[in-house]
Amino acid sequence: MEPFTILTGLVAPLDQINVDTDQIIPKQFLKTIKRTGLREGLFFDWRKKKDGSPDPDFFLNQPRYQSASILLTRDNFGCGSSREHAPWALLDQGFRCIIAPSFADIFYNNCFQNGVLPVVLKADEVLALMKHALATEGYRLTVDLAKQTVTAPENIVYRFEIDPFRKDCLYRGLDSIGLTLQHEQAIAAYEARRKTEAPWLFGDVRA
Amino acid sequence: MAGKTLFDKIWESHIVREEPDGTTLLYIDRQLVHEVTSPQAFEGLKLAGRKPRRPAATLAVPDHNVPTTDRKLPIVDQVSAKQIRTLEENCRDFGITFFGMDDIRQGVVHVIGPEQGFTLPGTTIVCGDSHTSTHGAFGALAFGIGTSEVEHVLATQCLVQKRPKTMEVRVEGTLSDRCSAKDIILAIIGKIGTAGGTGYVIEYTGSAIRALSMEGRMTLCNMSIEGGARAGLVAPDEKTIAYVKGRPLTPQGELFERAMKAWQSLKTDPDARYDVVVTLRAEEIAPQVSWGTSPGMVLGVDQKVPDPQTITDTKTKSATERALTYMGLSPNTPITDIKIDKVFIGSCTNSRIEDLRLAASLAKGRKVAATVHAMVVPGSGLVKQQAEAEGLDRVFRDAGFEWREAGCSMCLAMNADVLQPGERCASTSNRNFEGRQGAGGRTHLVSPAMAVAAAIEGHFVDIRHWS
Repeated sequence: MEPFTILTGLVAPLDQINVDTDQIIPKQFLKTIKRTGLREGLFFDWRKKKDGSPDPDFFLNQPRYQSASILLTRDNFGCGSSREHAPWALLDQGFRCIIAPSFADIFYNNCFQNGVLPVVLKADEVLALMKHALATEGYRLTVDLAKQTVTAPENIVYRFEIDPFRKDCLYRGLDSIGLTLQHEQAIAAYEARRKTEAPWLFGDVRA
Repeated sequence: MAGKTLFDKIWESHIVREEPDGTTLLYIDRQLVHEVTSPQAFEGLKLAGRKPRRPAATLAVPDHNVPTTDRKLPIVDQVSAKQIRTLEENCRDFGITFFGMDDIRQGVVHVIGPEQGFTLPGTTIVCGDSHTSTHGAFGALAFGIGTSEVEHVLATQCLVQKRPKTMEVRVEGTLSDRCSAKDIILAIIGKIGTAGGTGYVIEYTGSAIRALSMEGRMTLCNMSIEGGARAGLVAPDEKTIAYVKGRPLTPQGELFERAMKAWQSLKTDPDARYDVVVTLRAEEIAPQVSWGTSPGMVLGVDQKVPDPQTITDTKTKSATERALTYMGLSPNTPITDIKIDKVFIGSCTNSRIEDLRLAASLAKGRKVAATVHAMVVPGSGLVKQQAEAEGLDRVFRDAGFEWREAGCSMCLAMNADVLQPGERCASTSNRNFEGRQGAGGRTHLVSPAMAVAAAIEGHFVDIRHWS
């Protein structure tokens, strides 16, 4: 996984609440057995007008947001389905950071598995940033994971919270399975204890 | 020392180790796997040269992407066929139990887990599917995960988790005639909102919850995620034990007796405290119908579609306007005036035998309206077999419903069961997002009883007063 340290990037604003993962990537793109190339499915239904032609008003169809790496959005982003195809598609489009007042739990977790940083800022802070991002072409922010800050060009610094463990894993780009496997002894000891406490949990479903 | 909640007891008995910041390595007893969210996980294992730690604790089944038409015919969609074949190959390579499309035990992953006795009280269960919360009906801590975490559990039988907070949702009293678990959970989501449960595990308590059957409790816990909670729980009781007993994967004999003793202690202590408590009265819950594009956009069938002009909060107002435009509804339209084109009875929310029995009892001797296309998709091959043994398929067919093979079907419309743009569907599924049942399709979430009545009348009716 690619480490996340400091990112200075163009901001793409999606001024909408409750954006669910069905919108981020619709079902027809879930038939793949790969995790790459999902960019074409990102916001697939929203990118088009009813007649199927590209909707020039949709933010990701606008030239000014083409190289954006920071997605700025509203409450409860990523709700609904657990599909990890959602962060895969966002990453494939070039987004490394998503800023919102709140995220759905599963989506939030999935971001960390893919080197994408979800940043929670206060609702009024997001609103202020949203206004600037919509009004100012080329609006860029700097996200510093170590310092847990988002710095705006108006020289305002916003601070965000993040679990120390998650932060460390993301900052160093650690393989989380490899990390857990370092605790093999603890896992084996747990299993040995549970086998005496609750032996019915260790039946073989293949029997 | 304060007592413990049901959640605390399950969580604490699964801690392998903790980081200084409280991040926990949690042991996972069981994993369910399906074709859509697993191929990249198996690929990850292969690339890293890793093996599943306990293949014997994993059960796999294709459900999301399978056709619900004649199983003897080949799958037309080659991409779907490849995904299903990939699951079968991965299971063979890694020694994981696989129920294929020609297996009577095949079905929606959250239907077959309980049906096989794979789902047991007090366990931790995960699946790469957000509706894994369903299994909480048994007093299991069950939640949906992403594909990377599917791989993590396969490789380590553990997950890295932050301890969630607890929310009690207490529902006291008696439901109105023909109202069901679906109406309770939709009313709860309407009350707490789609993010109300974010960061929480919900425990459902109260006399109205105790009164629910296991099927009802599964419907209830299933939609916890629509309220933002990854998991919902109902404490096990004699109904739970009666349901679990004697199933193929349930422990037998002396082991069952031991397990049963342990399960009886799985309840919240009287002096335990939840972080948040929400209460509802069952009598006040009308049959629910969602009108918008988020499960929280839901009302009693006796209400009218909201008017954005009366909403002051700007973000709610714009979301309401957008939803009404998408749904093709005018403000202040009575819900019972909404005409429908399709009816879907199925999904991990409402496709179990009890749902089908209830739906059939209302469909019996009636006819689906000429303007409506209606289908019933049983949750599993075994549910289908049972329904057919009871003659329910005849009742549905005689009334004009299509009777299909088991799968997720039109809940997410990944297979060929799709709404056309502008089509309006009364659906017993769990999500009414834009395009969920097909691009441009319009979904109204309802109970099986409400879906049958809508199919017959061609529009929503208040089933409390429907003769």
